[in-house]
Amino acid sequence: MKGQEYLKNVVTLELNIDKCIGCGMCAVVCPQRVFRIEDYKAVITNKDLCMECGACALNCPIDAIKVQAGVGCAAAVINSFFTGGEPTCDCSDGSSGCC
Amino acid sequence: MTATIKNLTSITHNGLTLPKVIPQLTFADKLGGCKARWAIARMKYTVEPGIYAVGNPTDQSPVLVSANYKLSFDFLRKELTGIDAWIMVIDTNGINVWCAAGKGTFGTAEIVRRIESVELNKIVSHRKIILPQLGGVGVAAHKVKKQSGFMVIYGPVRARDIKAFIDAGNKATPDMRQVHFTLYDRLVLTPVEFTISAKYALFIIAAMFLLSGINKQGYSTQLTLENGFRAVFNVMTAYLGGTVIAPLFLPWLPGTSFSVKGFYVGLLLAAALSLTGYTGTQLETLAWILLVTAITSFTAMNFTGASTYTSLSGVNKEMKRAIPFQLTAAVAGLVIWIITRFI
Repeated sequence: MKGQEYLKNVVTLELNIDKCIGCGMCAVVCPQRVFRIEDYKAVITNKDLCMECGACALNCPIDAIKVQAGVGCAAAVINSFFTGGEPTCDCSDGSSGCC
Repeated sequence: MTATIKNLTSITHNGLTLPKVIPQLTFADKLGGCKARWAIARMKYTVEPGIYAVGNPTDQSPVLVSANYKLSFDFLRKELTGIDAWIMVIDTNGINVWCAAGKGTFGTAEIVRRIESVELNKIVSHRKIILPQLGGVGVAAHKVKKQSGFMVIYGPVRARDIKAFIDAGNKATPDMRQVHFTLYDRLVLTPVEFTISAKYALFIIAAMFLLSGINKQGYSTQLTLENGFRAVFNVMTAYLGGTVIAPLFLPWLPGTSFSVKGFYVGLLLAAALSLTGYTGTQLETLAWILLVTAITSFTAMNFTGASTYTSLSGVNKEMKRAIPFQLTAAVAGLVIWIITRFI
């Protein structure tokens, strides 16, 4: 099954190919299968598939990946608008949660 | 408060007394899971963090890491029939793996801490732990290794693939690494979606019901009773459209943004409502088209939070475009609808 795509050309994902050591961790952790390893280097196959979860950047041992990680959740964005914080999954009153 | 685990026994292993669970879920486990899906007592649905034995594990058995949300824990253990393993439950405040990882509670620090507190180095002779792949959102594998000596192996996304993963020598197929968002995945998410914003929907429904009684002569209770039910029915239909219908039909609805998908559901529902006479006069129908599409579009947009493939940058962009339309439609719809009360 192919991954589902959301809006085009908005994702903040960046891979520094010169730094990349081809360890393949990004390809392992990415739940959208954005990465492939070719000739000992990571390759972004389709950037629009990225959901900015941040797993690749966090697990890259040499910090070759940059992405503004966050939750793709409208309720969280609205909440953060009113509270002034970062959008997080703590979207409700504590008796429930959105995910 | 933690949920009790039925059939909990204990074993002695390397001089430590450790709890043991069975992979079979009881009726109470299933009922609890079902309630959690409907957001009933959902945040209290936790298990005690620590180490649990499944089957007859030894020094060599795999260590599987789980969140202490009982639904996550049960999802894992029910896949472990015939497997001897250790489950290391870490404290995520009762939140599932993916969300907890997003917040960092399913994270490097807690894993390292838990490895020490359960004395994992005394329980197993190997130095590997298997994490659900989605834990990677909060865990840096190389840092866990550096700080604890344990190597993180990312297992499959779904617990149901864990057996195949272990049997294949800790190897995942490409499909095991991919998050899906199937009809069933969306179906089980709709009850929570529906109940969580229900209080806002009820407020709107109550307000519209009471406003139905306004007319030229002032306020008529009889009119409220005669017409109010239509307003209630229309708002409820729209709410159901955005929280249930749009999520279920998500991949087949036109557009890529959720608000656009929700808008189409609203148009369809508004058309159905007007054909069945629920929207009243032409002007009132116009009001309802605006109101219904505003509600479906907005509530469908909120489903981005439950979906598995939306990025924050994408959601920000979608909202900047959609909210002005949704607000305009809602306000215009309400004003027109109130005007029709006086005609």
